[in-house]
Amino acid sequence: MLQLFRTQRMWHQHDLKDHYDVVIIGAGVHGLAAAYYLGKQGIKNVAVLDRGYLGGGNSGRNTAILRANYRTAEAIPFYDESLRLYQELSQEVDFNVLFSQIGHLTLAHTDTGVDGLRVRAEANALLGVNSRLVFPEEIKSLVPAMDVSKAAHAPIQAALYHPPGGIIRHDAVVWGYARGADRMGIEIHPHTEVHAIDTDNGQISAVHTNRGRIATNTVVNATSGWCSTIARMVDVDLPIVSHPLQACVTEPLKPFLDKVIVSATLHVYVNQTDRGEVVIGAEIDPYASYNSASTLPTLEMMAAHALELFPILEEARVLRQWSGICDMTPDFSPIISTVPEVRGFILNVGWGTYGFKAGPAGGKTVAELIVTNKTPTLIEPFALSRFYEDRLVGEKAAAAVSH
Amino acid sequence: MSFLLACPNCGERSVYEFRSGGEFRQRPPASVSSHEWARYLYLRKNEAGETTEWWYHQLGCRSWFLAVRDTRTNLVKETYEHD
Ligand SMILES: Cc1cc2nc3c(=O)[nH]c(=O)nc-3n(C[C@H](O)[C@H](O)[C@H](O)COP(=O)(O)OP(=O)(O)OC[C@H]3O[C@@H](n4cnc5c(N)ncnc54)[C@H](O)[C@@H]3O)c2cc1C
Ligand SMILES: [Zn+2]
Repeated sequence: MLQLFRTQRMWHQHDLKDHYDVVIIGAGVHGLAAAYYLGKQGIKNVAVLDRGYLGGGNSGRNTAILRANYRTAEAIPFYDESLRLYQELSQEVDFNVLFSQIGHLTLAHTDTGVDGLRVRAEANALLGVNSRLVFPEEIKSLVPAMDVSKAAHAPIQAALYHPPGGIIRHDAVVWGYARGADRMGIEIHPHTEVHAIDTDNGQISAVHTNRGRIATNTVVNATSGWCSTIARMVDVDLPIVSHPLQACVTEPLKPFLDKVIVSATLHVYVNQTDRGEVVIGAEIDPYASYNSASTLPTLEMMAAHALELFPILEEARVLRQWSGICDMTPDFSPIISTVPEVRGFILNVGWGTYGFKAGPAGGKTVAELIVTNKTPTLIEPFALSRFYEDRLVGEKAAAAVSH
Repeated sequence: MSFLLACPNCGERSVYEFRSGGEFRQRPPASVSSHEWARYLYLRKNEAGETTEWWYHQLGCRSWFLAVRDTRTNLVKETYEHD
């Protein structure tokens, strides 16, 4: 057995070479997926650098909710493609990523809330995404443990039911892509921090790390909450503000909930894991910060609102609370884009509180962008230029608490 | 880590009494190009370190003021009224 663990590494250590065709900064789901799909297209002289361990950023901190029921015609096809890629991912990387499509319910407690869900249900139906409006009687049968009574503080009026939504094992996704990339000869370098990036006449030329200098003409910025600090290295400002997002998990309980529940009105979302733990999440902290310490006011808020929905959690004890630093854009949509002023600098950022579900589609389109030197249609709406052309892709209504 | 902010009028209070107004930026003159306006509207330094930002004492005296805060530690170095 010991020998097995010694020889069957998920990925291997390497010395840092002095040149790579592509350097990806950030070994989260987006960086590793980009590396994996680059390898599949035959580009293998690639290094993925991370200053910490693999998946130690938001890819190891998120609540792993996947769904495609967005609101805009620009975003829905993109997230739907990502969900489709996730459905095939266990086969693709030959590693069980434990995707459970248990179904996802977004609650509305007000008339305007219901109207918002109607718009989404229609937009989803037009673009072939399975989601529909359901009302308290049906909600009760889907989620018997939830308080759907009129006596609740904010009675539930309706919900957007999205059956293909669900929960995945986030670490497994990261490891699966990492192993897949490693097997194709791509190098993964944890504990390798980028300190500076050189340009030569507006073209990326090198990356400086704590382990040495690397010559390269292509850099992918996939550093989520820290993406502004990387962009600053090439004198680029981004339309991004970093905010902490917190979550917590209770001790394991008997199974009582097999749907993902989100309420924007109550600023909370809840689901029960396969192990029985109840995961509770919230909105971002209301100020910019790179400090990932958790706070008591947010824990109180999550607990209070989760209890409004699930009074049976009254006696449940919280095991852990944590946070991650999220790269928030003004329109709650990502920036997957080249940068006109710096050739060879590619952004895959702005994933905020909602980007885990987008890993496969983000990584795949970034790889395609590098290989073909053309922006794939699926990500045209997410170019950096949208902020200068008045073409924002407003997804706040569908992503602020739902993530 | 939640933290304390010293309102210039009311003194030290929990950050939850305040609303963040984002980083302090110099508004350009109306004559600049629409490209420059877009930069002003959307781009941010998003500093990992000391940053000067607007705060509003929502649950107190309801005035706006500036604070210098380190976004890595959330330690507030100083607060002052804008003139
Ligand atoms: C509490 C919480 C709940 C969430 N829930 C959901 C959810 O339910 N569904 C969903 O879809 N999304 C969710 N998200 C968002 C999701 O986690 C992120 O959008 C996604 O994981 C981003 O992946 P990434 O690969 O871009 O970045 P990350 O996984 O954050 O990876 C970025 C990496 O960059 C590295 N890095 C930074 N600076 C440097 C440097 N100078 N040099 C080298 N490396 C560097 C970091 O160490 C980090 O590992 C949640 C986030 C949080 C915090
Ligand atoms: Zn005051």
